[in-house]
Amino acid sequence: MTPLLKLAGITKVYPAVVANDAIDLTVMPGEIHAVLGENGAGKSTLMKIIYGVSMPDAGTIEWNGTPTKIKNPAHARALGIGMVFQHFSLFETLTVAENIALAVKGSVKELTPRIQDASVRFGLNVQPDMRVQSLSVGERQRVEILRCMLQEPKLIIMDEPTSVLPPQGVRELFKTLKTLAAEGFGILFISHKLDEIRELCDVATVLRHGKVTGTAIPREESSHSLARMMIGRDLPHARNQVVEATGPELLTVNHLKFIPDDIFATSLDDISLSVRSGEILGIAGVSGNGQNSLVSLLSGETRLSGSEADAICLLDAPIGTAGPAERREQGLHFVPEERLGRGAVPSHDLSENSLLTGFGSGMSRNGFLNLGAMKRFSDETIDAFDVRCGGPNSAAQSLSGGNLQKFIVGREISLEPKVLIVSQPTWGVDVGAAAAIRQKMVDLRDAGVAILVVSEELEELFEISDRLQVMFRGKISHSIRTNQTNVEDIGLAMTGDFDRLSPKASVQVVEHA
Amino acid sequence: MPSIYLEPRTERSAFAPFLVSGLAVFLTMVAGSGLFLLYGKSPIAGFHAIFIEPLLSNYGIGEVLLKLGPLLLIAQGLAIGFRARVWNIGAEGQLIIGAILASVVAIQFDGSTSSLLLPAMVLAGALGGMGWAGIAAWLRTRYNANEILVTFMLSSIALQVLYYLVTGPLRDPQGFNFPQSITFSAAATFPLLIENTRVNASLLIALVVSFIAWVFMQRSLMGYKLVVGGLAPHAARYAGFGEKRAIWLALLIGGAAAGVAGVGEVAGPLGMLQRTISPGYGFTAIIVAFLGGLHPIGIVFSSALMALIYVGGDFARLSVGLPSAVTDIFQGLLLTFYLASSLLLTHRLRRRSSENRIVAEIAE
Repeated sequence: MTPLLKLAGITKVYPAVVANDAIDLTVMPGEIHAVLGENGAGKSTLMKIIYGVSMPDAGTIEWNGTPTKIKNPAHARALGIGMVFQHFSLFETLTVAENIALAVKGSVKELTPRIQDASVRFGLNVQPDMRVQSLSVGERQRVEILRCMLQEPKLIIMDEPTSVLPPQGVRELFKTLKTLAAEGFGILFISHKLDEIRELCDVATVLRHGKVTGTAIPREESSHSLARMMIGRDLPHARNQVVEATGPELLTVNHLKFIPDDIFATSLDDISLSVRSGEILGIAGVSGNGQNSLVSLLSGETRLSGSEADAICLLDAPIGTAGPAERREQGLHFVPEERLGRGAVPSHDLSENSLLTGFGSGMSRNGFLNLGAMKRFSDETIDAFDVRCGGPNSAAQSLSGGNLQKFIVGREISLEPKVLIVSQPTWGVDVGAAAAIRQKMVDLRDAGVAILVVSEELEELFEISDRLQVMFRGKISHSIRTNQTNVEDIGLAMTGDFDRLSPKASVQVVEHA
Repeated sequence: MPSIYLEPRTERSAFAPFLVSGLAVFLTMVAGSGLFLLYGKSPIAGFHAIFIEPLLSNYGIGEVLLKLGPLLLIAQGLAIGFRARVWNIGAEGQLIIGAILASVVAIQFDGSTSSLLLPAMVLAGALGGMGWAGIAAWLRTRYNANEILVTFMLSSIALQVLYYLVTGPLRDPQGFNFPQSITFSAAATFPLLIENTRVNASLLIALVVSFIAWVFMQRSLMGYKLVVGGLAPHAARYAGFGEKRAIWLALLIGGAAAGVAGVGEVAGPLGMLQRTISPGYGFTAIIVAFLGGLHPIGIVFSSALMALIYVGGDFARLSVGLPSAVTDIFQGLLLTFYLASSLLLTHRLRRRSSENRIVAEIAE
């Protein structure tokens, strides 16, 4: 059989780095092919070459057996290569259908029913008439996947597509991908999630430092052995033992109701939770179910009106009307989901970005900047959290996503919080950095800090949380101890079935037995 | 396919602001040459008249310094607001109101020889400018009214207020109905800095304010908060830097600076309140602020250049016979070319080679 795509000796040199070094890769029709590697291993460069965004410096590409020069993405699409990007390329001011109409033939009117059909078929819940600006990060990714599917490609490149889907959604997507593969489509699947790759993919090509370090049949490998091929050593895992915290409740939310100004954002309906000193509470849920509103109410970026101030209490004092700086002064720190532009000022260097939340902690004196203290703090954070960068004078935007996240998490931890709220701690961060960030959170918990983690990655929540609560359509489930539940039940709760979490249900099973 | 293309900068360049301002000046020269030729004048003679002649005499230097003062003062204030992305384009109106309030003080205490009179006038001018800009701040923070429109329209209102006052309540009763106030006493005017010129001590205020602006923007927490609000509004919200406070602060600083500049005119070369206080300093200062890269030190140079063009335009009219519009044209050209060149602040030009070809994927 002719390979769908055959790369031989693909090399791409950038001024500072050899991004791809003589890469061979063959995708057969009907094959789901994994490309594994850490951030910076050269996966993105390789995908850009296949999608016609960059040209290789050496090597050949054969498409259906014919040597081909892929000139640009339009050419790639004409050939039948579709791509779902990790970074979104959507216009925020347009609706979902309008965005899709830019890439897919047909009017908005014609496409709307097709989008609805496809969103049911692929389990990608998206409404065609929603404006992209009101969508969460996860919903935007679903739009990207849909847009690619509607172009009916022969080869689909997917860059970390599952990071924002609930387990059931992942299963739906996998079913779809397997159906597509059975029909002769080729799929290039980029992921850090080794379990998924083992479940889904027929072949895996592993990249490290721009070179192919091996190919494997993932089903015949363990996650462990795949990880070793990928990072060249054993995968670090956060050392965590679920604890039953008995410390005081540091952060409590009592029957919080909130209707956001943006009519497309999710309203919050009767949210209650509490986090004790020395525990990690995980909030699970598919993005777009009210997490953004909740988190910005907790951080103080959105404030409650005076009469509702006691819906959020920090150390037993109502803080619903306080702003972020005031809450930070009282020990509540927050790591937002967006790193560039929210957690950090992109064009400012790390020293200046330390000041962003550290101005109340010795980095300013009598209203003047203490440049020495800023630099010292940044230096220490860079060291303690192993941030790879050129030093405190590097601009935030020059750091990779994982390193910037390590810096932001490090900054907030170094400022000695009593309560730490972290939204999507490892979104788009490579495995090594993700493990380091999780370990730091576990260590911080052991030091007595109350931590609230909002994440879409169940694996992560199970790894570090002591208790879990699930959000769905603006409501929140009661809490359950992580060691008394499983991924399956939490996954069902993420689709609205909170009863699955009920401790009573398990009691009943015992009674019946 | 063109062999040169634009690429977004990944790092901020310390060199780019100089490049952009320099390029704008260069392009203005080129376009200016074309205009001179169109008029049948030698470009060399034209440029000599505008850029060299004013610097050859004490009188010329004095006039340049006289214009430099208000431009520098206003531009420093505006630049702070512009860094916070608060677009105060009504400094002209704030200047007028500042001049009016200072004049009221001078007229009220006419005949006083107190050394406190001048400081009181400066204070009144600053408060007047702040009050006028404060209207825009209040409308913006309370009703989300666009400060660009509000400050601009308030300038027109300020001008009408001035016309009313100099023909009515503040008119000199012994002034034969000329639309002007009494001549201010010595205690109500700035002392001269250089003999035989009109340069007065208000220039020192501008220089001191420039230094304070530098400290404020580079070293103060408040300046940092303003800059963060301008660069990344979400980060400012995350950090807890109030947006309303930033809007108030940005407009009040700009208003105060413009108001004091107004005092410098009525208590300086004019010595009275009259219908024309400024040749458009408040608007020209916008160009000065941007041409100086919104940086306190850059603005010192750009205000000197702009002052030179003001005075040089007069010289060119006399010595080369160019129309008086030459000043406006040069200012307009500078702004236009600056805005066009400022693309290079965020992008850079690259030469396209066969192996280094990047197609913007989002444009696809």
